Amino acid sequence: MPNLVEIRDLHFSYGKRPILSGLHMDFPKGKVVAVMGGSGSGKTTVLRLIGGQLRPKKGHVKVHGQIVHKLNTASLYLLRRKMGMLFQHGALFTDLTVFENVAFPLREHTDLPEELVRNLVLMKLHAVGLRNAANLKPGEISGGMARRVALARSIALDPELIMYDEPFAGLDPISMGVTANLIRNLNTALGSTTVLVSHDVKECFAISDYVYFLSKGKIVAHGIPEEMMVSTDPYVKQFVNAEADGPVPFHYPGKSLADDLGLGARA
Amino acid sequence: MIAGLIARVGASARDYVESIGFGFRAFVTMLGLSPGLVKRPRLVIEQLHFIGNYSMLIITLSGLFVGMVLGLQGYYTLNKYGAEQSLGLLVALGLTRELGPVITALLFAGRAGTSLTAEIGLMKAGEQLSAMEMMAVNPIQRVLAPRFWAGVISVPLLASVFSAVGIFGGYLVGVKLIGVDEGAFWSQMQGGVDIYKDIFNGFAKSVVFGIAITFIALYQGYEAQPTPEDVARATTRTVVISSLMIWWLDFILTALMFSK
Repeated sequence: MPNLVEIRDLHFSYGKRPILSGLHMDFPKGKVVAVMGGSGSGKTTVLRLIGGQLRPKKGHVKVHGQIVHKLNTASLYLLRRKMGMLFQHGALFTDLTVFENVAFPLREHTDLPEELVRNLVLMKLHAVGLRNAANLKPGEISGGMARRVALARSIALDPELIMYDEPFAGLDPISMGVTANLIRNLNTALGSTTVLVSHDVKECFAISDYVYFLSKGKIVAHGIPEEMMVSTDPYVKQFVNAEADGPVPFHYPGKSLADDLGLGARA
Repeated sequence: MIAGLIARVGASARDYVESIGFGFRAFVTMLGLSPGLVKRPRLVIEQLHFIGNYSMLIITLSGLFVGMVLGLQGYYTLNKYGAEQSLGLLVALGLTRELGPVITALLFAGRAGTSLTAEIGLMKAGEQLSAMEMMAVNPIQRVLAPRFWAGVISVPLLASVFSAVGIFGGYLVGVKLIGVDEGAFWSQMQGGVDIYKDIFNGFAKSVVFGIAITFIALYQGYEAQPTPEDVARATTRTVVISSLMIWWLDFILTALMFSK
């Protein structure tokens, strides 16, 4: 299966603080690929680099065979029409209703008659279970519902590449399972490619074809979910089994508690 | 220590020049993307309603009171020289040339400018602008440009309303309250106010103020860090920078327009 997205020797830093170092990743067409890792591991940055919202320091991201950071604005916007992105907190337009939010990309990029727009929006909202919330404002719905509306909006134009940034965060167990199935089903129904950034092991492993594990901006492990489940890699083991001890420290690096409390000198 | 001081001054100067460069580039980009609005005038009309129409009340009331005070103060001064018949002319010139454009601009910066900065800043903090970019919609074209043109159209219209209501306020105090001759009040005004030199120049000032304030407000919101603290700071910066810019531009424009 050819790759829709290819990442080669990707380096990125905010000022002098390195975020990603030498990433190589492939996202084959029609597959669901999860990018997993703890908070601050650089997962969202990968999505922003694929979408061309950030420029790499070194290396490149190719989408549809085009190097994203070398595209001019018009070409980048043309490429983005084939992408859909679900933001971590939904990023709904707060001055528009749920219906208008989902209709937004359709109205911006197509000349469809209003009746067809209405039918399409209601179908997308029905897919996420919120058809009857169409007339509510984002401020009147819960965070989980807002995420589902954002999901409906991200698939409004039936994109070839759908990127999800923490789609399961803050969802109740029912919504989480429904959303996971929805992501998988959409991928199959639309024939799209999915990049799924998350740290929810159970849901990701259930719907992903391939998994990358990121830590401190580097890929520490990758493979199919079944391999990752039985991996002996200490990072993957700690992450998958939610262990407190392992290569990922719970505490931010620095002085020990004993030093801070002045107990070291007494001893 | 001296080297450190020089480095800090140098860094500040560089940041300042850089911010001017970014601002100018954003301004040119926005102008370049503006023709697209011709196909979608509704976007500008909506913003005219929000930032223009909603500013009408404060502008009208302020204009009325400024005109009334001007009428009162003008009468006290002119009366010393037996020239109270010229009150209408003084009120009209004061309002159309200076007070109308300047006070309207200051009020607009406080009323609409701050709301624009906060709105754009919060849209950025809520990733709405990023979401728009990822939907292949340019936020400069879709969000900034309609608000900019709505501001540019609103300020001169509001200034005209301010001046008209102000003249009425001066009339109420001067003619109805104090008893200045009504015929003299209006005829002196009619004879002394020049359509081009006074009214058109005042209108032109408002257009320049509208461009400056609206762009400053939008740019501050757009460049604000996506945190509550910085959005609050950006809102304050909008008022401070706009106010100083209004006074500075007013001096330059007055020197250019009204010099003999």
